[in-house]
Amino acid sequence: MTEDLGAVQADLLAAVQSAGDLKALESARLAAIGKKGRVGALMQALGGLPPEQRKDYGQAVNALKQAVEAAIELRKADLEASALDAKLAAEQVDVTLPIRSEVEGRIHPISQTIDEIVQIFGQMGFQVAEGPDLEDDWKNFTALNIPEEHPARQEMDTFYLRAGEDGTRPVLRTHTSPVQIRTMMSEKPPIRVIVPGRTFRSDHDATHSPMFHQVEGLVIDEVSHMGHLKGCLIEFCRTFFEISDLPVRFRNSHFPFTEPSAEVDIGCTRTNGELRIGHGDDWLEILGSGMVHPRVLENCGIDSNKYQGFAFGMGIERIAMLKYGIPDLRTFYDSDLRWLKHYGFVPLDVPGTLGGLHR
Amino acid sequence: MKFTLSWLKEHLDTEASLQEICDKLTMIGLEVDSVVDKGPALSAFQTARVISATQHPNADRLRVCVVDTGSSEIQVVCGAPNAREGMVGVFAPSGTYIPGTDFTLKDAEIRGVGSHGMLCSERELQLSDDHDGIIELPADTPIGAPYAKVAGLDDPIIEIGLTPNRGDCAGVRGIARDLAAAGLGALKRVPGWDQKVTGTFKSPIKVHLDFPENARAACAAFAGRHIRGVKNGPSPRWLQDRLRAIGLRPISALVDITNFFTMDAARPLHVFDVSKLSGDITARLARPGETLAALDNKTYELDSEMTVIGDQTLPHALGGIIGGEETGCTDETTEVFVESAWFDPLRTASTGRKLNIHSDARYRFERGVDPESLLPGIEAATAMILDLCGGEPSEVIFAGETPKWKRNISLRPNRTLELAGIEIDKTEQIRILNVLGFEPSEANDKIQTVPPSWRPDIDGEADLVEEVTRIHGFDTIKAVPLSQFENQPTAALNLLQARRVRARRALAGRGMTEALTFSFMKQEDAVLFGGGNESLVLDNPISADLDCMRPSIIPNLLAAASRNFARSKRSGALFEVGPIYLDPSENGQDWVAAGVRWGDAIPRHWSDQSRSVDVFDVKADALAALAAIGAPTEAPVNQAAQSWQHPGRSGEICLGKNLLARFGEIHPKIINHYDIETAVVAFEVFINAPPEPRRKQLGKTKTFLKLDSLLPVDRDFAFIMDADVPAAKAVTAARLADREMITEAEAFDSYQGKGIDNGQKSVAISVTFQPKNATLTDADIESLSSKVVKAVEKATGGHLRG
Repeated sequence: MTEDLGAVQADLLAAVQSAGDLKALESARLAAIGKKGRVGALMQALGGLPPEQRKDYGQAVNALKQAVEAAIELRKADLEASALDAKLAAEQVDVTLPIRSEVEGRIHPISQTIDEIVQIFGQMGFQVAEGPDLEDDWKNFTALNIPEEHPARQEMDTFYLRAGEDGTRPVLRTHTSPVQIRTMMSEKPPIRVIVPGRTFRSDHDATHSPMFHQVEGLVIDEVSHMGHLKGCLIEFCRTFFEISDLPVRFRNSHFPFTEPSAEVDIGCTRTNGELRIGHGDDWLEILGSGMVHPRVLENCGIDSNKYQGFAFGMGIERIAMLKYGIPDLRTFYDSDLRWLKHYGFVPLDVPGTLGGLHR
Repeated sequence: MKFTLSWLKEHLDTEASLQEICDKLTMIGLEVDSVVDKGPALSAFQTARVISATQHPNADRLRVCVVDTGSSEIQVVCGAPNAREGMVGVFAPSGTYIPGTDFTLKDAEIRGVGSHGMLCSERELQLSDDHDGIIELPADTPIGAPYAKVAGLDDPIIEIGLTPNRGDCAGVRGIARDLAAAGLGALKRVPGWDQKVTGTFKSPIKVHLDFPENARAACAAFAGRHIRGVKNGPSPRWLQDRLRAIGLRPISALVDITNFFTMDAARPLHVFDVSKLSGDITARLARPGETLAALDNKTYELDSEMTVIGDQTLPHALGGIIGGEETGCTDETTEVFVESAWFDPLRTASTGRKLNIHSDARYRFERGVDPESLLPGIEAATAMILDLCGGEPSEVIFAGETPKWKRNISLRPNRTLELAGIEIDKTEQIRILNVLGFEPSEANDKIQTVPPSWRPDIDGEADLVEEVTRIHGFDTIKAVPLSQFENQPTAALNLLQARRVRARRALAGRGMTEALTFSFMKQEDAVLFGGGNESLVLDNPISADLDCMRPSIIPNLLAAASRNFARSKRSGALFEVGPIYLDPSENGQDWVAAGVRWGDAIPRHWSDQSRSVDVFDVKADALAALAAIGAPTEAPVNQAAQSWQHPGRSGEICLGKNLLARFGEIHPKIINHYDIETAVVAFEVFINAPPEPRRKQLGKTKTFLKLDSLLPVDRDFAFIMDADVPAAKAVTAARLADREMITEAEAFDSYQGKGIDNGQKSVAISVTFQPKNATLTDADIESLSSKVVKAVEKATGGHLRG
């Protein structure tokens, strides 16, 4: 009456093997080892056996059960793997589709250039000083030894605001030099400052913008002379343009606020209209400088018998154009997104001596 | 200031090359702007005579010419209509580079006839555009001579950019003197300059200086001379060539002579036709309403600040600037009055500027003409007039007084080292000053000088240091590094300056592009943004669109957005970190980081819903910028709008009354005004507004971080409240319901509509409870939750959603 366990096992294993999916496998499992399954029925048959047979029979049924369970686990793993494969196959996407939009910002080349300048002079102990864009005549001109009617004053086509109640017209500073005056009047030597900022002149053409940027430098102490001026500016030019042997030339010139005065040229070549900074047979003027005029010191209440020093100034657009090959001054203020994307800098391009001044 | 090399050599005995001269000029402060030297390019071109010209056998328009070059006879084929036997032309042998056509001439066979050179047109030599025929020279031109020399084209023209302090170098002689001092030769004595021409009669015309006491300097001195029996006409070739070479048009001998001395000696002169003067000459200030028809064919209206030279009735010249047409010299002129005067630089500059006259006289008088040059000038001019035009001179008359110019200035020889960083031997310093005319002498270890009359710009020891060092050479200054700074700062930027750098990088990091826009804008538009005060309007704007200092950066950014939009940038984000102007006082300038976003915040995409920019995009920008500049992160946000903002979709961030930032959608009317056909939002962050951290906090370490080991518990709550109650009230109340255990609270939903009464809304907030010492029990959570509910209900007047 006992069934042939071998046949049952083969039967049950075949059912497990033939289960095509997890559901069919579950049915096979219930049919085999569920509460009402064949293995349960076999176990019930145990009670009807003679006691001497029970042990062997019990062990045989258990072995059968274990074999079936193992087959179910194996089959289950197989089925799960192929179900996952099928699911993943169905999940395929077209990876050539575009990513979600990510906009990369830009830093304006003027800001970047100012950061570079501050970085270089900062290492030499200069601090950034500032003053208002709306100045008075005295600080913009008179204190700088530029008297009324002086030809130098005509060369600066100056913007004025309408006269205020006191009859004076505020001036839109024509250079950053009034900050020299402010600094010398508020601080005691030794002084070492640079002054980047907005400046204004009434000119608008291919090479002039009514607003532009300058950076001014001022060093006042008891000993600094033109040799220091030269050392300081040569170091700046070479670091800024990243040419360690850039030729730098100082030649005499005239500014009302310095005596002696020098203009500074850097070496370049001009071939077929293309300008290249570096060694060559030509020179390019990039800044004006000199020893602060004793009268300017005295105008600021600094004893010119005890103190002396130098000052320099340059156009930031100009050196940015030279360094980065930007052809047209006027484009700096167009806010054209195409231009800004091309000539601008990514925000992580922070100038520093670690990785050079620009990438 | 333009001059030719040969003119310079009239004053300077030198062996130096053109290049050496130009390099030296630039180094000593007389910067060479340009050198035009046609000589080298034309060196191969020679004069030659055409000894035969016959018809080309195979071409109607060509001739076969045999050319005598002085040393040989050469056959060339020539197409010029004027090529003919006997003419003298300009010949280029094979191998010559022809600049005008940019090719190198080769032996050639032209329609079967050999050609071994070329007869040239002016265009081929780049002398003019003339290509109608070949150059024809006078028959007596020497043959086989360099053409450049024959035509006077081998004299290089040098132009220097003269700085305003060097009136003396507005004459060739002054330039020669500087070069002599710099070791490039010796200054020549010029015949004629220091001679005296004896007058044979008393000038019938007197000179009166009629100025009020306070304007005596306008024309401090006036030398004049009457010359009768002159014969005017074209000046001689040498004089015409000189003037033409530097770009002046020869007029007549009398006028050319005055121009010569203007250029040669920086000594402007004027010659009046006496027949057109009535009575004596008076230098005076112009009378209101007077006009002058000047030699430039323009009529000027004069004012009482301007110096005129007139006769008894009318003004006939603007002193130091330009002569009058009526009394100018013509070919019929026989009697002249020569003026050599001294006019005040400041008044000359001011008059010239007011009338916008740029004359050679003004150029010199406003820089300062040598006060000792009046008499030598008139003598030299007389001599040349007599020489070229004949005539009989009167005695010289002199009115006024030579302006005082003598002063003593001393130089401590060690100052060149102390100030300019160059050690220069004392004897060399004295030599330099001597050649420059400073009459140096030694006294008490100092060099005593009397600056020459032609150097009014020298007024202190520093000027002498400059004179000595520029001539000695700035290239000899040894570069030395700046010393270590005794006040070496910890950072180049102060706190407020550093905030601008941080705000800029933070906003660019959020995908915005930095723009720089002008500090000025259109006044009408400034008014729309709360500005446009008269006190910030430009008196002399460069255009009506740029006539007012900006009260905000946003209008400029909107204009920029509009331009970009018009260029098909339908979405974008621009920002600027820069100044705004609230009043013209010293403290009226503030610093702002402002930004504008327009178009899509999320563009069309295959996987996402697209979305236009909205107020929360710029709220995020403002908060990011505030965080970057170290503003308190918990500053409250209030609903508030400016007139240019959307009244219901704008806000501000304040600490008490201290406004830190504004953000919101731009009012549709303003968007329309700027012609942007899409959504536009903007923010501005007031960079200086957040309080500075207290001093003692600077440089301090970060606070110690204590990490909680127990897991936090999040609970969500929904409250029904009036629709106009800000969600932030609920959040703040929840956050503060238990200061120790509640670490975070944020709103995550705000709902109005179905299921909620009209005028009400449901605000859902998530609150985090952070246990400190022991895991929270259900009772603990219950108690914290009821604290939250109570606090929120109290703050908002709402109730927990059932």
